[in-house]
Amino acid sequence: MSKRRIGLAVATASFAWGLAAGVAHATDISFWTWRQEDKAAYNELFADFTKENPDIHVKFESFPDENYPTIVSTALAAGKGGDVIHTHAYGWLEQFVKAGYFEPQDLKTVPSLANQPADALIAGTYRADKKVYSLPFASQTLGLFINKDVFAKAGLTPPTTWDEFITVSKALKEKGIYPLANGMGTSWFNEMFVAIFTNPFLGQDFVTDLTSGKTTFKDPRYVAALGKLLELRDYMPDGFEGIDYDTAGQLFISGKAAMLAGGSFDIASYRSQNPSINMDFVAPPVAKAGDVPQVTKFFDGGYAVNAKSANKEAALKLVNWMGTKEFGDKFSALLGNISPIKGVVIKDELLSHVAKLNETAMPHINVVYFRFEKPTGSELLQGDITKMMSGSITPDQLAADLTDGLAKWYKPFQGK
Amino acid sequence: MNSGRRHITKAFPWRRSLWIAALLTPALIVMVLFVLWPLLSAFRLAFYEFNGLQPTGFIGFENFRKVLFEQPYSGWTWNAFKHNIIAFVALMVFENGTAFLLAYALLKALPGHRIHQVIVFLPVVLSAVIVGFLWKLFLHPLFGLVNQTLALVGIGAIPWLGNEHTALGSILFANVWHWLGFPTLVLLAGMQRVGKEVIEAARLDGAGDYVLMTRIIWPLIAPSVTIVTILTFIGSFNWFEIPYVMAGLTGSPGGATDVLGLYFYRTAFGSTTTGIQDFGQGSALAVMMFIIVAGVTAIALRFLRRREIEL
Repeated sequence: MSKRRIGLAVATASFAWGLAAGVAHATDISFWTWRQEDKAAYNELFADFTKENPDIHVKFESFPDENYPTIVSTALAAGKGGDVIHTHAYGWLEQFVKAGYFEPQDLKTVPSLANQPADALIAGTYRADKKVYSLPFASQTLGLFINKDVFAKAGLTPPTTWDEFITVSKALKEKGIYPLANGMGTSWFNEMFVAIFTNPFLGQDFVTDLTSGKTTFKDPRYVAALGKLLELRDYMPDGFEGIDYDTAGQLFISGKAAMLAGGSFDIASYRSQNPSINMDFVAPPVAKAGDVPQVTKFFDGGYAVNAKSANKEAALKLVNWMGTKEFGDKFSALLGNISPIKGVVIKDELLSHVAKLNETAMPHINVVYFRFEKPTGSELLQGDITKMMSGSITPDQLAADLTDGLAKWYKPFQGK
Repeated sequence: MNSGRRHITKAFPWRRSLWIAALLTPALIVMVLFVLWPLLSAFRLAFYEFNGLQPTGFIGFENFRKVLFEQPYSGWTWNAFKHNIIAFVALMVFENGTAFLLAYALLKALPGHRIHQVIVFLPVVLSAVIVGFLWKLFLHPLFGLVNQTLALVGIGAIPWLGNEHTALGSILFANVWHWLGFPTLVLLAGMQRVGKEVIEAARLDGAGDYVLMTRIIWPLIAPSVTIVTILTFIGSFNWFEIPYVMAGLTGSPGGATDVLGLYFYRTAFGSTTTGIQDFGQGSALAVMMFIIVAGVTAIALRFLRRREIEL
């Protein structure tokens, strides 16, 4: 073998060694989520991240929504689980933090936390140590979907006040159109349904009084707002007690119903199911003309780092990147969600309108304040609301059940 | 050959024991790992308080006290328990009662009985999830087959699964449709074991169908009835899949379809939309369910076996 050939062989071997070493140094991290439907978008986002961080590859792994808490908690208890975990917010997150499963995030490890507004950070903060454990990823807005074509065909204008809502609904019903598509067949949405229609009657003052311990859910304002829900029954589809949220969505996008109480999280899905739909998303009816329009807002969750991750540094790097404006812009564009990151540009007209509505939004009271201990406000309300809507209990009874149940752990309600 | 084996067994008794142990070990490992250990874990966790997802301290019977006597948990427990009892009684009457009549009809080997036997048994091979989903569609208030059919005779949309008075019955109906074939087959097998000469003798003595069923067949198939009763009881108290698919984890509407299986699951493992997990209270519920099922099954077996002899 000539010297030249030997030299070539050595060079080739060195190159191969170098390649192998490069591969060996690449870090593979996993991202766990319940959002199977977002796989393509996340993979695109992760590809952008890998372009900037060629040594880190992110694997998207999704699990069924309903079993997600079980899967995540059992995996984390066994010291396994994804490196970055998509979490829900508030009380859901807190139980994982209490168990020590997530890594705290601060401006040193995740500088992009500085891009988050204060109300978003609360959703990912553990109340006891005031540390952030999950970088907020999206705010969700609850309000009223309007099928503009149905309204135009019926010669009606979408309502803004409660009285207008009733008048318009009567007119729609006479024309054989379901005014409101919703039913009571989906427990988790029933709670949102309550928030959507009661919040404009409650107002921020009620929230302040409730959270400062000045009042409880037995407050006449809350009972009266619940009473308003009973008026809606006449304008919901036949057999509404058994109609689930998916069916309601179908009634709305097919034009069989004119309005749907729903969440901004469904905008993208409704568009993809019916690309020709001409819809709007507005604030639910207020008590009287001139009142501030109030949608309901909450933060859906965030991105947490597994405390037992073998690749903590890479995981924190990814989470930090997910808090940047670059990520937020593309995230909002791809997924039709409103990123809480400051300065994010929302190009979609409807989504941008929703973001504007958020400026005067009310919090989703149960989710933001009453899901931290058992029994949660959610399980109490979800259990009782169908009974109230079917007439077997009164708004007073619901309000009392909710208050008394929460009083087990929420001190300001005790003895009231 | 046999004497040779006996000789080896006598000469090397340890070899036989070793052989038996080797045969039993795999099954024993599986039982210990996947039955006994989780069971003992649940017993242990039932006595612990959970703060977050980790046990924080031994609290004795506190979890049991809460789920049995402290509102709102106790209300939920007794509500779910009541529905399990209703399920057992309803399944005994409607599922097993119909199964008995069907088995008797199949026993008579009327024309087409073979195809009927297959039809009756067919739903049993389907997954409970599929059956639940199918019946959820059939019972849909607006588009479901049942309401569409009723609409033909002028009956308006009935929210079968949304009305607290019809929801449990609807789910039980789906369950009967799913499982009817199983007790039918067990009872038919029992009836086929009754000697033909016994039935012919009764016929010669002038016994009609009613007398034959109640005086001859019913007492003679007592062992099959015991099996069916015990399995129905266990099934009723472990009922989960069909209520879960048709009514969701919260036993909607308003807990009208809640059963102990659902209540245990959402207490122990939580739900994305209702809140937090509590393995302590969940384990207490699981332990109680185990005690109810094992205890009642043991007592019922003794009673039913004695009844078999008396009959």
